[in-house]
Amino acid sequence: MTEAVFEINNVSYEYRDRLEHTTALKDINLTIHKGDFVAIVGPNGSGKSTLLKLILGIKKLQTGEILIDGKKPKESTFSEKIGYVSQKAASFAKGFPATVEEVVLAGLTKKRGLFSRYKKEDYARLDDVLKLLDIDDLRDKNISLLSGGQTQRVFIARALINNPEILVLDEPTEGIDAKNIHSFYEVLTKLKEAGTTILLVTHDIGVVIDQADEVACLNEHLHFHGTNNEFRNLNEADLSKVYGFPLQLVSHDHDRQCCEVAHND
Amino acid sequence: MIEALFTFDFIRYSFISGLIVGLIAPLLGAFIVVRRLSLIADALSHISLGGITFGLYITSLTGLVINPLISGVVFSVLGALGIEKMRTAYKNFSEISIPIIMSLGIALSVIFLSLSNGFNQDLFGYLFGSISAVTKGDLILISIIGVVVVTFIILLYKEMFLLSFDEEYSEVMKINRFIHIIFIVLVALVISASMRIVGILLVSAMMTLPVAAAIRITSSFKQLIFVSILFGELSVISGLFLGFHLDISPGGTIVLVALVILALTFLVKKVGVGQSDRAREL
Repeated sequence: MTEAVFEINNVSYEYRDRLEHTTALKDINLTIHKGDFVAIVGPNGSGKSTLLKLILGIKKLQTGEILIDGKKPKESTFSEKIGYVSQKAASFAKGFPATVEEVVLAGLTKKRGLFSRYKKEDYARLDDVLKLLDIDDLRDKNISLLSGGQTQRVFIARALINNPEILVLDEPTEGIDAKNIHSFYEVLTKLKEAGTTILLVTHDIGVVIDQADEVACLNEHLHFHGTNNEFRNLNEADLSKVYGFPLQLVSHDHDRQCCEVAHND
Repeated sequence: MIEALFTFDFIRYSFISGLIVGLIAPLLGAFIVVRRLSLIADALSHISLGGITFGLYITSLTGLVINPLISGVVFSVLGALGIEKMRTAYKNFSEISIPIIMSLGIALSVIFLSLSNGFNQDLFGYLFGSISAVTKGDLILISIIGVVVVTFIILLYKEMFLLSFDEEYSEVMKINRFIHIIFIVLVALVISASMRIVGILLVSAMMTLPVAAAIRITSSFKQLIFVSILFGELSVISGLFLGFHLDISPGGTIVLVALVILALTFLVKKVGVGQSDRAREL
Protein backbone atom coordinates (compact mmCIF):
# COMPACT_ATOMS: atom_id res chain seq x y z
CA MET A 1 0.00 0.00 0.00
CA THR A 2 1.36 3.42 -0.96
CA GLU A 3 1.57 6.22 1.60
CA ALA A 4 -1.57 8.12 2.60
CA VAL A 5 -2.02 11.63 1.17
CA PHE A 6 -5.28 12.45 2.96
CA GLU A 7 -6.42 10.78 6.18
CA ILE A 8 -9.90 11.80 7.24
CA ASN A 9 -10.64 10.54 10.73
CA ASN A 10 -14.08 10.78 12.42
CA VAL A 11 -14.94 14.04 10.69
CA SER A 12 -18.39 15.50 11.31
CA TYR A 13 -19.65 18.90 10.24
CA GLU A 14 -22.78 20.91 10.99
CA TYR A 15 -24.05 24.11 9.43
CA ARG A 16 -25.08 26.16 12.43
CA ASP A 17 -27.73 28.81 12.41
CA ARG A 18 -29.06 30.72 15.43
CA LEU A 19 -31.98 28.34 15.76
CA GLU A 20 -31.09 25.10 14.06
CA HIS A 21 -28.16 22.90 13.17
CA THR A 22 -28.04 20.95 9.93
CA THR A 23 -25.71 17.98 9.80
CA ALA A 24 -23.70 17.88 6.57
CA LEU A 25 -21.22 15.14 7.48
CA LYS A 26 -21.30 12.48 10.18
CA ASP A 27 -18.34 10.35 11.31
CA ILE A 28 -16.49 10.26 8.02
CA ASN A 29 -13.42 8.04 7.85
CA LEU A 30 -11.64 7.96 4.53
CA THR A 31 -8.02 7.49 3.49
CA ILE A 32 -6.73 8.49 0.08
CA HIS A 33 -3.37 7.09 -0.95
CA LYS A 34 -0.70 8.56 -3.18
CA GLY A 35 -1.42 8.03 -6.88
CA ASP A 36 -5.06 7.05 -6.33
CA PHE A 37 -7.86 8.40 -8.48
CA VAL A 38 -10.77 8.63 -6.06
CA ALA A 39 -14.23 9.83 -7.00
CA ILE A 40 -16.64 11.10 -4.35
CA VAL A 41 -20.24 10.73 -5.50
CA GLY A 42 -23.55 11.54 -3.92
CA PRO A 43 -26.72 13.54 -4.49
CA ASN A 44 -27.02 17.32 -4.09
CA GLY A 45 -26.60 18.41 -0.49
CA SER A 46 -24.84 15.16 0.47
CA GLY A 47 -21.81 16.96 1.90
CA LYS A 48 -19.41 16.29 -1.00
CA SER A 49 -18.31 19.88 -1.43
CA THR A 50 -18.25 20.42 2.35
CA LEU A 51 -15.84 17.50 2.74
CA LEU A 52 -13.68 18.92 -0.05
CA LYS A 53 -13.62 22.34 1.59
CA LEU A 54 -12.63 20.80 4.92
CA ILE A 55 -9.80 18.91 3.23
CA LEU A 56 -8.63 22.09 1.47
CA GLY A 57 -8.84 24.17 4.65
CA ILE A 58 -11.50 26.52 3.23
CA LYS A 59 -13.83 25.47 6.06
CA LYS A 60 -12.72 25.01 9.66
CA LEU A 61 -12.93 21.53 11.13
CA GLN A 62 -15.50 21.14 13.93
CA THR A 63 -14.87 17.56 14.99
CA GLY A 64 -12.46 14.88 13.88
CA GLU A 65 -9.09 15.20 12.25
CA ILE A 66 -7.70 15.57 8.74
CA LEU A 67 -4.06 14.75 8.10
CA ILE A 68 -2.30 15.66 4.87
CA ASP A 69 0.90 13.72 4.21
CA GLY A 70 0.62 12.62 7.84
CA LYS A 71 0.67 16.21 9.10
CA LYS A 72 -1.97 18.65 10.28
CA PRO A 73 -3.03 20.99 7.44
CA LYS A 74 -1.32 24.00 9.06
CA GLU A 75 2.01 22.18 9.21
CA SER A 76 1.70 20.67 5.76
CA THR A 77 3.14 22.29 2.63
CA PHE A 78 0.44 20.77 0.44
CA SER A 79 -0.73 24.14 -0.91
CA GLU A 80 2.44 24.26 -3.04
CA LYS A 81 1.68 20.94 -4.70
CA ILE A 82 -2.07 21.08 -5.06
CA GLY A 83 -4.23 22.00 -8.03
CA TYR A 84 -7.90 22.83 -7.42
CA VAL A 85 -10.86 23.41 -9.69
CA SER A 86 -13.86 24.82 -7.87
CA GLN A 87 -17.47 24.18 -8.78
CA LYS A 88 -18.16 27.91 -8.91
CA ALA A 89 -14.87 28.99 -10.46
CA ALA A 90 -16.59 30.26 -13.60
CA SER A 91 -18.72 32.71 -11.61
CA PHE A 92 -15.59 34.67 -10.61
CA ALA A 93 -14.83 35.30 -14.25
CA LYS A 94 -17.98 37.31 -14.99
CA GLY A 95 -16.95 40.78 -16.12
CA PHE A 96 -13.47 40.48 -14.63
CA PRO A 97 -10.85 42.38 -16.63
CA ALA A 98 -8.25 39.63 -16.95
CA THR A 99 -6.87 37.58 -19.84
CA VAL A 100 -6.65 33.80 -19.95
CA GLU A 101 -2.86 34.13 -19.54
CA GLU A 102 -3.21 36.18 -16.35
CA VAL A 103 -5.73 33.75 -14.84
CA VAL A 104 -3.77 30.59 -15.65
CA LEU A 105 -0.45 32.05 -14.44
CA ALA A 106 -2.13 32.87 -11.10
CA GLY A 107 -1.99 29.11 -10.41
CA LEU A 108 1.76 29.56 -9.81
CA THR A 109 1.33 32.28 -7.16
CA LYS A 110 2.19 30.02 -4.24
CA LYS A 111 4.95 28.14 -6.03
CA ARG A 112 6.78 31.35 -6.96
CA GLY A 113 6.43 32.70 -3.43
CA LEU A 114 6.22 36.22 -2.06
CA PHE A 115 8.02 39.18 -3.66
CA SER A 116 8.89 37.37 -6.88
CA ARG A 117 7.75 37.63 -10.48
CA TYR A 118 6.90 34.93 -13.00
CA LYS A 119 9.95 33.50 -14.74
CA LYS A 120 10.67 32.46 -18.32
CA GLU A 121 10.05 28.81 -17.48
CA ASP A 122 6.60 29.74 -16.12
CA TYR A 123 5.62 31.11 -19.52
CA ALA A 124 6.92 27.93 -21.19
CA ARG A 125 4.79 25.89 -18.78
CA LEU A 126 1.86 28.17 -19.61
CA ASP A 127 2.29 27.35 -23.32
CA ASP A 128 2.30 23.61 -22.55
CA VAL A 129 -0.77 23.63 -20.37
CA LEU A 130 -2.80 25.81 -22.77
CA LYS A 131 -1.93 23.43 -25.62
CA LEU A 132 -2.80 20.42 -23.49
CA LEU A 133 -6.30 21.80 -22.93
CA ASP A 134 -6.58 23.08 -26.49
CA ILE A 135 -7.06 26.71 -25.49
CA ASP A 136 -3.75 28.16 -26.69
CA ASP A 137 -5.60 30.37 -29.19
CA LEU A 138 -7.50 32.00 -26.30
CA ARG A 139 -4.35 33.12 -24.46
CA ASP A 140 -4.88 36.90 -24.84
CA LYS A 141 -8.68 36.78 -24.72
CA ASN A 142 -10.57 38.33 -21.87
CA ILE A 143 -11.88 35.62 -19.55
CA SER A 144 -15.41 37.04 -19.43
CA LEU A 145 -15.79 36.65 -23.20
CA LEU A 146 -15.35 32.86 -23.14
CA SER A 147 -18.09 30.25 -23.26
CA GLY A 148 -18.86 28.20 -20.13
CA GLY A 149 -16.87 25.22 -21.37
CA GLN A 150 -13.88 27.34 -22.40
CA THR A 151 -13.89 29.10 -19.01
CA GLN A 152 -13.94 25.78 -17.21
CA ARG A 153 -10.93 24.60 -19.25
CA VAL A 154 -9.08 27.79 -18.28
CA PHE A 155 -9.63 26.91 -14.61
CA ILE A 156 -8.45 23.36 -15.20
CA ALA A 157 -5.34 24.84 -16.86
CA ARG A 158 -4.80 27.03 -13.78
CA ALA A 159 -4.93 23.93 -11.60
CA LEU A 160 -2.48 22.04 -13.84
CA ILE A 161 0.14 24.76 -14.42
CA ASN A 162 1.45 24.02 -10.96
CA ASN A 163 2.41 20.45 -12.00
CA PRO A 164 0.33 19.37 -9.01
CA GLU A 165 1.02 16.17 -7.11
CA ILE A 166 -2.57 16.29 -5.88
CA LEU A 167 -5.44 17.42 -8.09
CA VAL A 168 -8.76 18.26 -6.42
CA LEU A 169 -11.72 18.73 -8.73
CA ASP A 170 -15.22 19.80 -7.71
CA GLU A 171 -17.63 19.07 -10.59
CA PRO A 172 -14.96 20.10 -13.11
CA THR A 173 -16.85 19.15 -16.26
CA GLU A 174 -19.98 21.13 -15.46
CA GLY A 175 -20.93 23.00 -18.63
CA ILE A 176 -18.40 21.25 -20.85
CA ASP A 177 -19.60 19.45 -23.99
CA ALA A 178 -19.13 15.71 -24.57
CA LYS A 179 -16.07 16.08 -26.83
CA ASN A 180 -14.22 18.22 -24.32
CA ILE A 181 -15.25 16.00 -21.41
CA HIS A 182 -13.61 13.14 -23.29
CA SER A 183 -10.38 15.07 -23.83
CA PHE A 184 -10.47 16.26 -20.20
CA TYR A 185 -10.54 12.66 -18.94
CA GLU A 186 -7.72 11.80 -21.35
CA VAL A 187 -5.69 14.49 -19.60
CA LEU A 188 -6.63 13.03 -16.21
CA THR A 189 -5.55 9.56 -17.36
CA LYS A 190 -2.14 10.95 -18.38
CA LEU A 191 -1.80 12.70 -15.03
CA LYS A 192 -2.74 9.55 -13.18
CA GLU A 193 -0.14 7.59 -15.13
CA ALA A 194 2.39 10.22 -14.09
CA GLY A 195 1.53 9.48 -10.45
CA THR A 196 -0.81 12.41 -9.65
CA THR A 197 -3.29 11.78 -6.85
CA ILE A 198 -6.74 12.79 -8.08
CA LEU A 199 -9.75 13.55 -5.92
CA LEU A 200 -12.87 14.15 -7.99
CA VAL A 201 -16.28 15.21 -6.72
CA THR A 202 -19.03 14.54 -9.21
CA HIS A 203 -22.55 13.31 -9.67
CA ASP A 204 -21.71 11.83 -13.08
CA ILE A 205 -21.60 8.17 -12.02
CA GLY A 206 -21.04 6.91 -15.56
CA VAL A 207 -17.75 8.75 -15.83
CA VAL A 208 -16.72 7.67 -12.35
CA ILE A 209 -16.99 3.98 -13.15
CA ASP A 210 -15.05 4.46 -16.35
CA GLN A 211 -12.21 6.52 -14.93
CA ALA A 212 -11.74 6.30 -11.17
CA ASP A 213 -9.87 3.57 -9.28
CA GLU A 214 -11.95 4.04 -6.16
CA VAL A 215 -15.40 5.39 -5.44
CA ALA A 216 -16.68 6.89 -2.20
CA CYS A 217 -20.45 7.32 -1.86
CA LEU A 218 -21.39 10.10 0.46
CA ASN A 219 -24.71 11.23 1.82
CA GLU A 220 -24.06 12.67 5.27
CA HIS A 221 -22.43 9.33 6.13
CA LEU A 222 -19.87 7.52 4.03
CA HIS A 223 -22.12 4.74 2.71
CA PHE A 224 -19.55 3.03 0.56
CA HIS A 225 -15.84 3.17 -0.19
CA GLY A 226 -14.26 0.65 -2.53
CA THR A 227 -12.85 -0.01 -5.96
CA ASN A 228 -14.87 0.88 -9.04
CA ASN A 229 -15.49 -2.84 -9.61
CA GLU A 230 -16.96 -3.18 -6.14
CA PHE A 231 -19.06 -0.07 -6.79
CA ARG A 232 -20.31 -1.58 -10.04
CA ASN A 233 -21.52 -4.59 -8.11
CA LEU A 234 -23.45 -2.56 -5.56
CA ASN A 235 -27.03 -3.69 -5.33
CA GLU A 236 -29.99 -1.39 -5.84
CA ALA A 237 -30.79 -1.21 -2.13
CA ASP A 238 -27.28 0.03 -1.26
CA LEU A 239 -27.31 2.57 -4.04
CA SER A 240 -30.78 3.81 -3.19
CA LYS A 241 -29.65 4.33 0.41
CA VAL A 242 -27.00 6.74 -0.83
CA TYR A 243 -29.23 8.66 -3.17
CA GLY A 244 -32.35 8.56 -1.01
CA PHE A 245 -34.62 7.27 -3.76
CA PRO A 246 -34.80 4.08 -5.87
CA LEU A 247 -31.96 3.79 -8.35
CA GLN A 248 -30.25 1.17 -10.39
CA LEU A 249 -27.06 0.99 -12.40
CA VAL A 250 -27.71 0.10 -16.01
CA SER A 251 -24.70 -1.24 -17.87
CA HIS A 252 -25.28 -0.65 -21.56
CA ASP A 253 -21.90 -1.38 -23.04
CA HIS A 254 -20.14 -4.32 -21.48
CA ASP A 255 -16.91 -3.79 -23.39
CA ARG A 256 -16.55 -0.23 -22.16
CA GLN A 257 -18.30 -1.05 -18.92
CA CYS A 258 -20.03 2.28 -19.02
CA CYS A 259 -22.94 2.57 -16.66
CA GLU A 260 -25.49 5.15 -15.85
CA VAL A 261 -28.04 5.84 -13.19
CA ALA A 262 -31.71 5.44 -13.99
CA HIS A 263 -34.89 5.77 -11.99
CA ASN A 264 -36.37 2.45 -11.02
CA ASP A 265 -39.99 3.43 -11.57
CA MET B 1 -0.26 77.99 -13.61
CA ILE B 2 3.19 76.86 -14.75
CA GLU B 3 4.65 80.19 -13.63
CA ALA B 4 2.81 79.90 -10.32
CA LEU B 5 4.24 76.42 -9.89
CA PHE B 6 7.74 77.88 -9.76
CA THR B 7 6.74 80.91 -7.72
CA PHE B 8 4.52 79.56 -4.94
CA ASP B 9 5.47 76.69 -2.67
CA PHE B 10 1.87 75.80 -1.85
CA ILE B 11 0.97 75.40 -5.54
CA ARG B 12 4.01 73.19 -6.02
CA TYR B 13 3.05 71.09 -2.96
CA SER B 14 -0.52 70.71 -4.26
CA PHE B 15 0.62 69.77 -7.73
CA ILE B 16 3.12 67.13 -6.57
CA SER B 17 0.59 65.74 -4.06
CA GLY B 18 -2.01 65.65 -6.83
CA LEU B 19 0.34 63.68 -9.08
CA ILE B 20 0.99 61.15 -6.28
CA VAL B 21 -2.74 60.83 -5.60
CA GLY B 22 -3.43 60.46 -9.34
CA LEU B 23 -1.09 57.46 -9.28
CA ILE B 24 -1.92 55.66 -6.03
CA ALA B 25 -5.70 56.20 -5.86
CA PRO B 26 -6.51 54.44 -9.18
CA LEU B 27 -3.74 51.88 -8.52
CA LEU B 28 -5.52 50.62 -5.40
CA GLY B 29 -8.89 51.54 -6.92
CA ALA B 30 -8.42 48.89 -9.63
CA PHE B 31 -8.28 46.18 -6.94
CA ILE B 32 -11.16 47.74 -4.98
CA VAL B 33 -13.49 47.92 -7.98
CA VAL B 34 -12.89 44.35 -9.18
CA ARG B 35 -13.41 43.07 -5.64
CA ARG B 36 -16.79 44.85 -5.55
CA LEU B 37 -15.63 47.00 -2.63
CA SER B 38 -16.16 50.38 -4.31
CA LEU B 39 -18.12 51.82 -1.40
CA ILE B 40 -15.35 51.07 1.08
CA ALA B 41 -13.60 54.30 0.05
CA ASP B 42 -16.71 56.30 0.99
CA ALA B 43 -16.96 54.64 4.39
CA LEU B 44 -13.28 55.24 5.13
CA SER B 45 -13.39 58.86 4.00
CA HIS B 46 -16.26 59.52 6.41
CA ILE B 47 -14.43 57.89 9.30
CA SER B 48 -11.41 60.04 8.33
CA LEU B 49 -13.66 63.06 8.74
CA GLY B 50 -14.36 61.82 12.25
CA GLY B 51 -10.60 61.75 12.85
CA ILE B 52 -10.08 65.22 11.43
CA THR B 53 -12.84 66.74 13.55
CA PHE B 54 -11.38 64.90 16.55
CA GLY B 55 -8.00 66.55 15.81
CA LEU B 56 -9.67 69.96 15.51
CA TYR B 57 -11.58 69.36 18.74
CA ILE B 58 -8.44 68.38 20.69
CA THR B 59 -6.70 71.48 19.33
CA SER B 60 -9.58 73.74 20.36
CA LEU B 61 -9.82 72.05 23.77
CA THR B 62 -6.18 71.87 24.81
CA GLY B 63 -4.42 74.26 22.48
CA LEU B 64 -2.20 71.33 21.51
CA VAL B 65 -1.81 71.52 17.72
CA ILE B 66 -2.49 68.15 16.14
CA ASN B 67 -2.19 67.81 12.36
CA PRO B 68 -5.78 66.76 11.53
CA LEU B 69 -4.41 64.69 8.65
CA ILE B 70 -2.65 62.45 11.17
CA SER B 71 -5.75 61.98 13.37
CA GLY B 72 -7.66 61.35 10.11
CA VAL B 73 -5.15 58.64 9.12
CA VAL B 74 -5.44 56.97 12.54
CA PHE B 75 -9.26 56.92 12.45
CA SER B 76 -9.26 55.75 8.85
CA VAL B 77 -6.91 52.84 9.61
CA LEU B 78 -9.01 51.85 12.65
CA GLY B 79 -12.14 52.08 10.47
CA ALA B 80 -10.49 49.85 7.85
CA LEU B 81 -9.71 47.22 10.47
CA GLY B 82 -13.30 47.53 11.77
CA ILE B 83 -14.71 46.94 8.27
CA GLU B 84 -12.48 43.91 7.85
CA LYS B 85 -13.56 42.47 11.20
CA MET B 86 -17.24 42.98 10.35
CA ARG B 87 -16.85 41.57 6.85
CA THR B 88 -15.87 38.26 8.43
CA ALA B 89 -18.56 38.50 11.13
CA TYR B 90 -21.31 39.06 8.51
CA LYS B 91 -19.94 36.66 5.92
CA ASN B 92 -23.08 36.63 3.78
CA PHE B 93 -23.88 40.32 4.24
CA SER B 94 -20.35 41.66 4.15
CA GLU B 95 -21.41 44.98 2.59
CA ILE B 96 -23.30 45.86 5.78
CA SER B 97 -19.94 46.75 7.38
CA ILE B 98 -19.69 49.77 5.06
CA PRO B 99 -22.80 51.72 6.22
CA ILE B 100 -21.97 50.84 9.84
CA ILE B 101 -18.52 52.42 9.63
CA MET B 102 -19.87 55.29 7.50
CA SER B 103 -22.54 56.20 10.05
CA LEU B 104 -20.01 55.93 12.87
CA GLY B 105 -17.78 58.38 10.97
CA ILE B 106 -20.57 60.90 10.39
CA ALA B 107 -21.84 60.59 13.98
CA LEU B 108 -18.36 61.20 15.40
CA SER B 109 -17.79 64.13 13.03
CA VAL B 110 -21.01 65.86 14.03
CA ILE B 111 -20.31 65.37 17.74
CA PHE B 112 -16.71 66.60 17.59
CA LEU B 113 -17.79 69.52 15.41
CA SER B 114 -20.45 70.59 17.87
CA LEU B 115 -17.93 70.25 20.71
CA SER B 116 -15.37 72.40 18.90
CA ASN B 117 -17.77 75.22 18.04
CA GLY B 118 -18.71 74.14 14.54
CA PHE B 119 -17.32 74.75 11.09
CA ASN B 120 -14.09 76.53 10.35
CA GLN B 121 -12.19 77.30 7.17
CA ASP B 122 -9.72 74.47 7.72
CA LEU B 123 -12.51 71.90 7.83
CA PHE B 124 -14.00 73.31 4.63
CA GLY B 125 -10.66 72.58 2.93
CA TYR B 126 -10.78 68.97 4.12
CA LEU B 127 -14.36 68.49 2.97
CA PHE B 128 -13.98 69.85 -0.55
CA GLY B 129 -10.22 69.94 -1.15
CA SER B 130 -8.09 73.01 -1.48
CA ILE B 131 -5.17 73.98 -3.63
CA SER B 132 -3.77 76.24 -0.96
CA ALA B 133 -4.12 73.93 2.02
CA VAL B 134 -1.33 71.45 1.27
CA THR B 135 1.61 72.08 3.58
CA LYS B 136 5.15 70.75 3.31
CA GLY B 137 4.33 68.33 6.15
CA ASP B 138 1.29 67.07 4.22
CA LEU B 139 3.41 66.61 1.09
CA ILE B 140 5.98 64.56 3.02
CA LEU B 141 3.23 62.36 4.52
CA ILE B 142 1.55 61.90 1.10
CA SER B 143 4.94 61.04 -0.48
CA ILE B 144 5.64 58.40 2.17
CA ILE B 145 2.18 56.88 1.64
CA GLY B 146 2.81 56.91 -2.13
CA VAL B 147 6.12 55.05 -1.80
CA VAL B 148 4.58 52.46 0.57
CA VAL B 149 1.59 51.82 -1.73
CA VAL B 150 3.63 51.48 -4.94
CA THR B 151 6.18 49.19 -3.23
CA PHE B 152 3.39 47.01 -1.81
CA ILE B 153 1.75 46.54 -5.21
CA ILE B 154 5.06 45.87 -7.01
CA LEU B 155 6.10 43.26 -4.44
CA LEU B 156 2.73 41.58 -3.94
CA TYR B 157 1.07 42.01 -7.34
CA LYS B 158 0.67 38.24 -7.91
CA GLU B 159 -0.94 37.69 -4.55
CA MET B 160 -3.21 40.73 -4.86
CA PHE B 161 -4.36 39.60 -8.31
CA LEU B 162 -5.27 36.12 -7.06
CA LEU B 163 -6.96 37.51 -3.94
CA SER B 164 -9.04 39.86 -6.09
CA PHE B 165 -9.95 37.34 -8.75
CA ASP B 166 -10.68 34.26 -6.66
CA GLU B 167 -10.60 34.57 -2.87
CA GLU B 168 -11.37 30.86 -2.42
CA TYR B 169 -8.41 29.75 -4.53
CA SER B 170 -6.13 32.11 -2.62
CA GLU B 171 -7.32 30.41 0.59
CA VAL B 172 -6.49 27.00 -0.86
CA MET B 173 -3.07 28.32 -1.90
CA LYS B 174 -2.67 29.58 1.68
CA ILE B 175 -2.02 33.13 0.52
CA ASN B 176 -1.62 34.96 3.77
CA ARG B 177 -4.78 36.80 4.83
CA PHE B 178 -2.50 39.41 6.32
CA ILE B 179 -1.90 40.72 2.78
CA HIS B 180 -5.59 41.58 2.55
CA ILE B 181 -5.52 43.43 5.88
CA ILE B 182 -2.43 45.42 4.79
CA PHE B 183 -4.29 46.24 1.56
CA ILE B 184 -7.32 47.63 3.43
CA VAL B 185 -5.03 49.67 5.69
CA LEU B 186 -3.30 51.06 2.58
CA VAL B 187 -6.70 52.03 1.17
CA ALA B 188 -7.28 53.99 4.38
CA LEU B 189 -3.87 55.68 3.98
CA VAL B 190 -4.56 56.60 0.34
CA ILE B 191 -7.89 58.12 1.30
CA SER B 192 -6.18 60.25 3.92
CA ALA B 193 -3.56 61.27 1.38
CA SER B 194 -6.15 62.19 -1.25
CA MET B 195 -8.52 64.20 0.89
CA ARG B 196 -6.26 67.29 1.00
CA ILE B 197 -6.57 67.61 -2.78
CA VAL B 198 -10.05 66.37 -3.72
CA GLY B 199 -11.72 66.58 -0.32
CA ILE B 200 -13.33 63.93 1.84
CA LEU B 201 -16.65 64.07 0.04
CA LEU B 202 -15.06 63.32 -3.32
CA VAL B 203 -12.13 61.11 -2.38
CA SER B 204 -13.79 57.84 -3.33
CA ALA B 205 -14.27 59.26 -6.83
CA MET B 206 -10.49 59.30 -7.35
CA MET B 207 -10.35 55.60 -6.56
CA THR B 208 -13.31 54.50 -8.62
CA LEU B 209 -14.01 56.86 -11.55
CA PRO B 210 -10.72 56.34 -13.47
CA VAL B 211 -11.16 52.56 -13.00
CA ALA B 212 -14.83 52.68 -14.03
CA ALA B 213 -13.75 54.38 -17.28
CA ALA B 214 -10.74 52.10 -17.88
CA ILE B 215 -12.62 48.86 -17.27
CA ARG B 216 -14.81 49.59 -20.30
CA ILE B 217 -11.95 49.74 -22.76
CA THR B 218 -9.37 47.26 -21.44
CA SER B 219 -9.23 43.50 -21.50
CA SER B 220 -6.34 42.58 -19.20
CA PHE B 221 -5.79 43.46 -15.56
CA LYS B 222 -2.40 45.08 -16.21
CA GLN B 223 -3.99 47.24 -18.92
CA LEU B 224 -6.74 48.19 -16.47
CA ILE B 225 -4.20 49.40 -13.91
CA PHE B 226 -2.16 51.29 -16.51
CA VAL B 227 -5.14 53.04 -18.16
CA SER B 228 -6.75 53.82 -14.77
CA ILE B 229 -3.57 55.60 -13.65
CA LEU B 230 -3.43 57.44 -16.98
CA PHE B 231 -7.02 58.65 -16.52
CA GLY B 232 -6.31 59.49 -12.86
CA GLU B 233 -3.29 61.65 -13.74
CA LEU B 234 -5.17 63.29 -16.62
CA SER B 235 -8.02 64.19 -14.26
CA VAL B 236 -5.69 65.57 -11.57
CA ILE B 237 -3.52 67.64 -13.92
CA SER B 238 -6.42 69.13 -15.90
CA GLY B 239 -8.55 69.52 -12.75
CA LEU B 240 -5.83 71.45 -10.89
CA PHE B 241 -5.07 73.54 -13.97
CA LEU B 242 -8.72 74.42 -14.61
CA GLY B 243 -9.42 74.94 -10.91
CA PHE B 244 -6.51 77.37 -10.64
CA HIS B 245 -7.38 79.40 -13.74
CA LEU B 246 -11.14 79.48 -13.24
CA ASP B 247 -10.76 79.98 -9.49
CA ILE B 248 -13.05 77.08 -8.66
CA SER B 249 -12.64 74.11 -6.30
CA PRO B 250 -9.87 71.84 -7.60
CA GLY B 251 -11.49 68.77 -5.98
CA GLY B 252 -14.77 69.26 -7.79
CA THR B 253 -12.99 70.05 -11.07
CA ILE B 254 -10.78 66.93 -10.86
CA VAL B 255 -13.83 64.74 -10.30
CA LEU B 256 -15.76 66.43 -13.12
CA VAL B 257 -12.86 65.81 -15.53
CA ALA B 258 -12.84 62.13 -14.42
CA LEU B 259 -16.57 62.00 -15.13
CA VAL B 260 -16.06 63.53 -18.59
CA ILE B 261 -13.47 60.82 -19.32
CA LEU B 262 -15.96 58.19 -18.14
CA ALA B 263 -18.65 59.68 -20.39
CA LEU B 264 -16.22 59.58 -23.33
CA THR B 265 -15.68 55.84 -22.84
CA PHE B 266 -19.42 55.42 -23.20
CA LEU B 267 -19.33 57.39 -26.44
CA VAL B 268 -16.44 55.45 -27.92
CA LYS B 269 -18.46 52.67 -29.46
CA LYS B 270 -16.22 51.00 -31.93
CA VAL B 271 -12.87 50.77 -30.23
CA GLY B 272 -12.89 47.07 -31.06
CA VAL B 273 -15.44 44.29 -31.20
CA GLY B 274 -13.96 42.43 -28.21
CA GLN B 275 -13.83 45.51 -26.07
CA SER B 276 -17.39 46.60 -26.73
CA ASP B 277 -18.47 43.00 -26.09
CA ARG B 278 -16.74 43.24 -22.75
CA ALA B 279 -18.47 46.50 -21.92
CA ARG B 280 -21.74 44.63 -22.32
CA GLU B 281 -20.51 41.97 -19.88
CA LEU B 282 -19.96 44.52 -17.10
